Amino acid sequence: MQERVFVTGIGAITGIGKNTVEIFNSLLSEQSGIRSISFLDTIHKDEIPICEVKAMNDELHELAKTSLKSSFTRTALLGMIAAKEALTNSCIQNLSEKRTGLISATTVGGMDKTEQHFKDYINGNKYNDFVCSHDSGDSTEKIADYLGIKDYVSTLSTACSASANAIIFGTQLIKHGILDRAIVGGTDALTKFTLNGFNTLLILTKEKCRPFDQNRSGLALGEGAGYLVLESKKSIEDDNKNIICEITGYGNACDAFHQTATSPNGYGPYLAMQKAIEMSGLNSNQIQYINAHGTGTPNNDLTEGKAIERIFSRNIPYISSTKGYTGHLLAAAGSVEAIISCLTIKKNIIFPNLNFKEPMKDLSFSPTNRIINNVEVENIMSNSIGFGGNNSSLIFSRC
Amino acid sequence: MEAYINGIGITSPQKTVEQDGFLSNVVEYSSDYMKCVEPAFKNYLSPGFSRRMSRILKLSLVAAKICLNEVKIEKPDAIITATGLGCLDDTEKVLNSILENNESFLSPTSFIHSTHNTISSQIAIYLKCHSYNLTFSHRTFSFESAILNCMIFLTENSNVNVLIGGVDEITPTLFDIGCKSIYKKIPKSNLDMLKEKTRGAYAGEGMAFFILSSKKKNNCYAKISSVETIYNPDDVYSVELKIKNTIDRTGLTIENIDAVMLGLNGDSESDCYYQAIMNSLFKDKILLYYKHLCGEYFTSTSFALWCCANIIKQQFVPPILKMNNNQDKPINNILIYNQFKNKNHSLILLQKC
Repeated sequence: MQERVFVTGIGAITGIGKNTVEIFNSLLSEQSGIRSISFLDTIHKDEIPICEVKAMNDELHELAKTSLKSSFTRTALLGMIAAKEALTNSCIQNLSEKRTGLISATTVGGMDKTEQHFKDYINGNKYNDFVCSHDSGDSTEKIADYLGIKDYVSTLSTACSASANAIIFGTQLIKHGILDRAIVGGTDALTKFTLNGFNTLLILTKEKCRPFDQNRSGLALGEGAGYLVLESKKSIEDDNKNIICEITGYGNACDAFHQTATSPNGYGPYLAMQKAIEMSGLNSNQIQYINAHGTGTPNNDLTEGKAIERIFSRNIPYISSTKGYTGHLLAAAGSVEAIISCLTIKKNIIFPNLNFKEPMKDLSFSPTNRIINNVEVENIMSNSIGFGGNNSSLIFSRC
Repeated sequence: MEAYINGIGITSPQKTVEQDGFLSNVVEYSSDYMKCVEPAFKNYLSPGFSRRMSRILKLSLVAAKICLNEVKIEKPDAIITATGLGCLDDTEKVLNSILENNESFLSPTSFIHSTHNTISSQIAIYLKCHSYNLTFSHRTFSFESAILNCMIFLTENSNVNVLIGGVDEITPTLFDIGCKSIYKKIPKSNLDMLKEKTRGAYAGEGMAFFILSSKKKNNCYAKISSVETIYNPDDVYSVELKIKNTIDRTGLTIENIDAVMLGLNGDSESDCYYQAIMNSLFKDKILLYYKHLCGEYFTSTSFALWCCANIIKQQFVPPILKMNNNQDKPINNILIYNQFKNKNHSLILLQKC
């Protein structure tokens, strides 16, 4: 017997808010967090807009209320703050009474500290704690230790779809009775490594990020973290808990086309969406809103759009990319967008695709460019499309 | 949940590609660290691919191809890769270029190949395989997470074959930095690893791929009947309890375990954690070790799995793996037990089938 899996808590920190309440308010007032660089130390300061979490590491330490300052990377700090909010939001006090795991995702891990100390490591003989915080597992373990999670920890690293895959893996672990509860999501800090890497691919916009617009000119990078608390039906019944929504479907597929570009017809994203819908047992016309990956690059929006057209043909649901607000959060994108989907279900509001003006010539649909109030969305699909063709789709359903 | 190992391909610091017998001619190292014996890439990869791709990708693809050829599968139903540090060489190239040239003149190629999921996705591109594709990256839990995910996939889908791999590369920079924390140079010979009793482990690398299936095929090696990770245990007793529970759950008792493959790495500060458990639980077992042959790296249990799968299939224990002289007997059940910094303990239970 497979367990049903529910979302009972959410927590996030992004450039549009340091918790889900602030994020909700920014979404509602259509405030983007993308602006010129003020925290990251880079030569591209005045040239490339990004969406930073508006706090130095010291402030993040204070937010996390942790006294130890020595070896927390920014990636770990962001993750700790968001995961703690999710746990509190889910009203979990006693971790040891049920099997609880942490499945996290990151792309760069502790790169923010590595790039600061790399030359010292090599040239100096001085030992530095950050030697051991580079790998992907570090931030996950820092979050687990901070929250007191011991039953299971793991980390996924599938580029921009990583936290969607963390949600999938957490769901599987509960479905198959391996865990009762899982805190799932992702965290990524902005680094010179990421900024310069994406810059060489010529896909960073210097203007506004406008997904699904004919004149879109690229993506804006962001940083942050987002975590969801997932629980089995039994676990919820035991505690008589509030449910935000149910995870009714997930699909994972590989585009197998190119390391950094999606195939012209978006075959990988198409397969991921198709698998998710099939698992949910829904018809595609029962999906009322898609939180699209929609990065704002010419390639992504066209290929994702083609894949969406193939699935939904003429019945395209409401669709928006929220990356115009938060920027592209990389490993945290999937989970933060899952959280935004949860807010849509909770508050009956669809958040718009910012900066949209002109429909794409090659697509039959346009994203929604205004707030839609009082809309009782039953089922939402959230797409994640990653480098390496790692594509995942999730379906969240009202219950 | 169980998974049958129907195929294996492995590149490692031993001659595991062009094999002449199962660990019969062991490669000895007296250099800084152990590095993969490079296969003749032209026998496996097109010249174009070889030219474009980094060393870790080539070594991984050779291993994956050998594995798939053994079971005669062209496209697996899922590809799940585990890597602790990912494509390190390309990551270093990007980092060096950014730091040395003040964020200018960076080439995109290294960045494109620097993400952890490059290995899994390049295999998918090579095979034109659109199936389920994941990359786990969590220290010494990476490979164990991939196995667990694979076992779930085998439960959710009937009659499927999953390609799963453990991949990590060593670079001179990683070795230099690692020497400040976990590594040490090989002073005389890697084969003396357990004699030294000094701080630090020998560094190494490897790429091991397996076909894990829901059904047993003709050339099946063994079946994985359990995989377990123990994070941050309170004390040695809680590790012992988990080991017992894991064995219990598969319907076996500790008496049924014929051999134990241990992750001892020669680090005096780390190997002591094995000692208590060796004394309490595994006193009469055939004790085996493997890191003197491949070095310490985050996904080294994939090398151990290759060793143990072959031991069960061939019913032969290469003497180089033995730690004690407990008497040889038929080997039906082997437990692989590895730990890292007493924080990440992991178990893989392997059975004859």
